[in-house]
Amino acid sequence: MDLSHIFNSKKISSIVFCAVLFSFLSFSAFSEEHASSEASHKTSATEHDAKPEKEEDISKVILHHIADSHEWHFFGHFALPLPVILWTDKGLVSFLSNKFGHNDHGTELLELGGTRLVYYHGKYYYPEAVKSADGTYIAYNNQGDIINSSPLDISITKNVVSLLISVTILLFVFIGIARAYKKREGKAPKGLQSILEPIILFVRDDIAKPQLGHKYRGFMPYLLTVFFFVWLNNLMGLVPFFPGGANLTGNIAVTMMLALCTFVLTTVNGNKNYWGHVLTPHVPWWLYPLMIPVEIIGLFTKPIALMIRLFANITAGHILILSLISLIFILKSIFVAGIAVPFVLFISVIELVVGFIQAFIFTILSALYIGTAIEEKHAEH
Amino acid sequence: MTLLALNPLVSPDPGLFIWSTFAFLILFFILSKYAWKPIVKALDEREHSIEDALSKAELAKAEMAKLISENEDLLKEARLERDHILREAKEIKDQIINDAKEQAKAEGTKLIEKAKDEITNQKFAAMAEIKNQVSSLSIAIAEKVLRKQLEDQDKQQALVNDLLKEVKLN
Repeated sequence: MDLSHIFNSKKISSIVFCAVLFSFLSFSAFSEEHASSEASHKTSATEHDAKPEKEEDISKVILHHIADSHEWHFFGHFALPLPVILWTDKGLVSFLSNKFGHNDHGTELLELGGTRLVYYHGKYYYPEAVKSADGTYIAYNNQGDIINSSPLDISITKNVVSLLISVTILLFVFIGIARAYKKREGKAPKGLQSILEPIILFVRDDIAKPQLGHKYRGFMPYLLTVFFFVWLNNLMGLVPFFPGGANLTGNIAVTMMLALCTFVLTTVNGNKNYWGHVLTPHVPWWLYPLMIPVEIIGLFTKPIALMIRLFANITAGHILILSLISLIFILKSIFVAGIAVPFVLFISVIELVVGFIQAFIFTILSALYIGTAIEEKHAEH
Repeated sequence: MTLLALNPLVSPDPGLFIWSTFAFLILFFILSKYAWKPIVKALDEREHSIEDALSKAELAKAEMAKLISENEDLLKEARLERDHILREAKEIKDQIINDAKEQAKAEGTKLIEKAKDEITNQKFAAMAEIKNQVSSLSIAIAEKVLRKQLEDQDKQQALVNDLLKEVKLN
């Protein structure tokens, strides 16, 4: 699929131009706004004292929004409770997350099937025997890390629900399309089929074929699944309300799982040539003690890079959008919204593109890594 | 682990990891079997059929062009052939006419020649006949004259005398 027409489009370039112009204009406005709010703060000592605390709160709020959660917050005090499933030392325990209210300060003991737990900052821990000085059952070590052990949490969290929704959508859409292909065999695509066909062809012709050569066919299902899974979840993450809003592809556990799949496929499909490159690299023999460990580390850095790239890109986008919105609350002025909201809109549009690009990059790098693993021996380089 | 535990963002949550692995693998297996396989197959088949149709169209076009050029060649050849035949026919006609003329001329001259010969022959024959006739007539006349003349002696004598005189005169 040739994408150049998108970049050449007059309409899009004019939009981008306007956006850039607008961002400059609004930036100068922003600095003025900032200065005036600074001045107003200095007049009131109480407000000035409250400011650093507020900023800390906001970074917490942002991290809270990006992190996973045991409930799906809709608005105000309305949140959908989700089932909590814990594998404790006394066996499996499950309950709805709102069973014990919304206290996550670690000050209450939860009695569950013979075991006691404490809920602190969105996580379940085994409590300490006595309350500590701050009234919680949580203890810290010298570095300030929590030392309480915790049960294995396999709850249906917000991210898991989002995951299941996206999987359901993907199943419905693509099985439906497959049926359309069977029903309209040899005919031109129609409806949803014609929207997604170019993308399927894009994955095949621009990702699978160049990287995998003539053996691309066997890896098409994996590449297509990864591409559409990542893309749909990137897009769903950008939707600020249900069923979107869960930061699934910006969660390192999910990107780790995806990278691990690519790693397993690469390792399992690695041929003699691939392992030959790793274990007997083309260097003088006395460099082997240096090169072999480097090559072996290289096997792992590739999937780790995959994992971090997707996680960091999506998380960064979310943090950026949330930070821009938070400007309104940091500067405590409704007029900041005039700048922040267009900025958020601008970044959101970029994030739409990033969502596609990251899905594309994840897929093409997976294809590349698999491609190097199945590459036949050819001219030395 | 302490490095990863620094920030909850970069510490993978085992629960989500387990769930996403399950969900992704199930998605992968179901989609590969019921979606990707038929879709990729259908796309390949459609591409093949389009390619086939295109190459067939190309072939037909080439065939058509070939036929047209062949037809043109044939037409040209036929035209040449016709011209050739016409020219030949004309030549033959001219030849035949010339031949006929010449033959007629030759025949005519021959006939005239023959007629001339015949005429000459006839003339000679007629001349001979006339000569014979004249000679026999003259002889008969002479005989008759002589008979008459020689019926009496005197006359015979006179004749002889005459003849003799004539001889003398010679």
